[in-house]
Amino acid sequence: MKVLVPVKRVVDYNVKVRVKSDQTGVDIANVKMSMNPFDEIAVEEATRLKEKGVVTEVIAVSCGVAQCQETLRTAMAIGADRAILVETSVELQPLAVAKLLKALADKEQPDLIVLGKQAIDDDANQTGQALAALLGWPQATFASKVEVADGVATVTREVDGGLETVALTLPAVVTTDLRLNEPRYVTLPNIMKAKKKPLETIKPEDLGVDVAPRLKTLKVTEPPARQAGIKVADVAALVDKLKNEAKVV
Amino acid sequence: MSILVIAEHDNASIKPATLNTVAAAAKLGGDVHVLVVGVGASAAAQAAAQIAGVSKVLLADAAQLGDGLAENVAEQVLKQAAGYSHIVFAATASGKNVAPRVAAKLDVAQISEIISVESADTFQRPIYAGNAIATVQSSDAVKVITVRTTAFDAVAATGGSAAVENVDAVADSGKSRFVGREVATSDRPELTAAKAVVSGGRGLGSLENFKILDPLADKLGAAVGASRAAVDAGYAPNDWQVGQTGKIVAPQLYVAVGISGAIQHLAGMKDSKVIVAINKDAEAPIFGVADYGLVGDLFQEVPALVKAL
Repeated sequence: MKVLVPVKRVVDYNVKVRVKSDQTGVDIANVKMSMNPFDEIAVEEATRLKEKGVVTEVIAVSCGVAQCQETLRTAMAIGADRAILVETSVELQPLAVAKLLKALADKEQPDLIVLGKQAIDDDANQTGQALAALLGWPQATFASKVEVADGVATVTREVDGGLETVALTLPAVVTTDLRLNEPRYVTLPNIMKAKKKPLETIKPEDLGVDVAPRLKTLKVTEPPARQAGIKVADVAALVDKLKNEAKVV
Repeated sequence: MSILVIAEHDNASIKPATLNTVAAAAKLGGDVHVLVVGVGASAAAQAAAQIAGVSKVLLADAAQLGDGLAENVAEQVLKQAAGYSHIVFAATASGKNVAPRVAAKLDVAQISEIISVESADTFQRPIYAGNAIATVQSSDAVKVITVRTTAFDAVAATGGSAAVENVDAVADSGKSRFVGREVATSDRPELTAAKAVVSGGRGLGSLENFKILDPLADKLGAAVGASRAAVDAGYAPNDWQVGQTGKIVAPQLYVAVGISGAIQHLAGMKDSKVIVAINKDAEAPIFGVADYGLVGDLFQEVPALVKAL
């Protein structure tokens, strides 16, 4: 059984991005880039399924600029067996990525696709669901537990107010939430091994997919700043402020 | 122009998120219709018909629609989609689950978590955990949108008198099956709908210590939340998580206890009306957004605050 794991190269989660003064976007020049944390969880989960013997091959996929190769090498250092880069310098929006992944899924015929629930740059939370719809597959988003047996994925999902469990007939798409697992620390020997694993590069045209952006970004601005307030001396002063100034208690 | 709002409900009643979503839909200009997808949901449909500004309610009622399975709900929405210029969901766990399926099938780019409607095709949405706001324009024929509910003031739940129209339910996809649900039962208000929220961070130190927040939450009638750090450390369940990857809240009063104020957390609460921070580190970033900051040991200050309120 094959698993496809799409991974996205994003600004590292520790970086506080700055909006460009000409309002065309955020400044990502010379900023540390990493694998989207939720995708890292997805690679870890696929790797664990392989280690359990449920899965035979883990294929990492990334769509974007040539530097996404680094992200794919990280995925292979965690445990992916091989990687595919769909290389383009066009700004890729979720629908275009879902279409690219659908074309790849048609080609690779995986039984399971595991990916992050959202990317921490555009915060769109769309790709997994859109991909499942395009493929006509069932989905389980926001997964906190995944079990695969007898052609069925039983997935516990994080929903508002608690947890929900669904059973999906494979093939299926699963998107990961924070508590699914804790990705392993990537060791140097595994980084070295990952360099020798196969990485194939293709173009969107090879897949016959039009990736032109559909949403036009008119401008990107700073959010309204919240003014820092005051420090109060003690609990009594705090209660006084809450009662008499803010009038919220 | 007509707008279809997908109701957030529990079959018996309409959830508050629907009222915020209708508010966003009303800003688009046009007739607002509400689709209720569920089982035994006529009470929810009747409630939807009372919402101010709603001119029609569609009810799809069938067993296979009862558990909110994305495959079935999305098909139902697609079945009703013809003729609508906008299809609008709340950006809740269920809305986020279904909306992208609908958008992909319509071959349109979904616009996620809008925080403002600039015009019928132009919207603002936060990116990078709210550290930047993008203004985006859609040229797609149909706009599929999810709405950040905290950014729109709820419309009145009553005052409307829309007709309820029953529509045929789609068949079960047969590809997914609902197995079960574990709902955390609590007497407290729901996090995203609460007037006050008391949240704890890593400073609480343990699952046991998190209980120190209970008396304060009781006193304030507040929901209890947590930072991602506290959730990661296992001090609190994930559905308490406030932040970029958790819930977005904007209560009247937000009390952050032992929370340093990581970017991801601030993204989830900085639109609260009044923010109080209690932290022993005077340099913690949370004080940069707090209206009232109290520097001190939370294990002394929180019980003292309960006593003083």
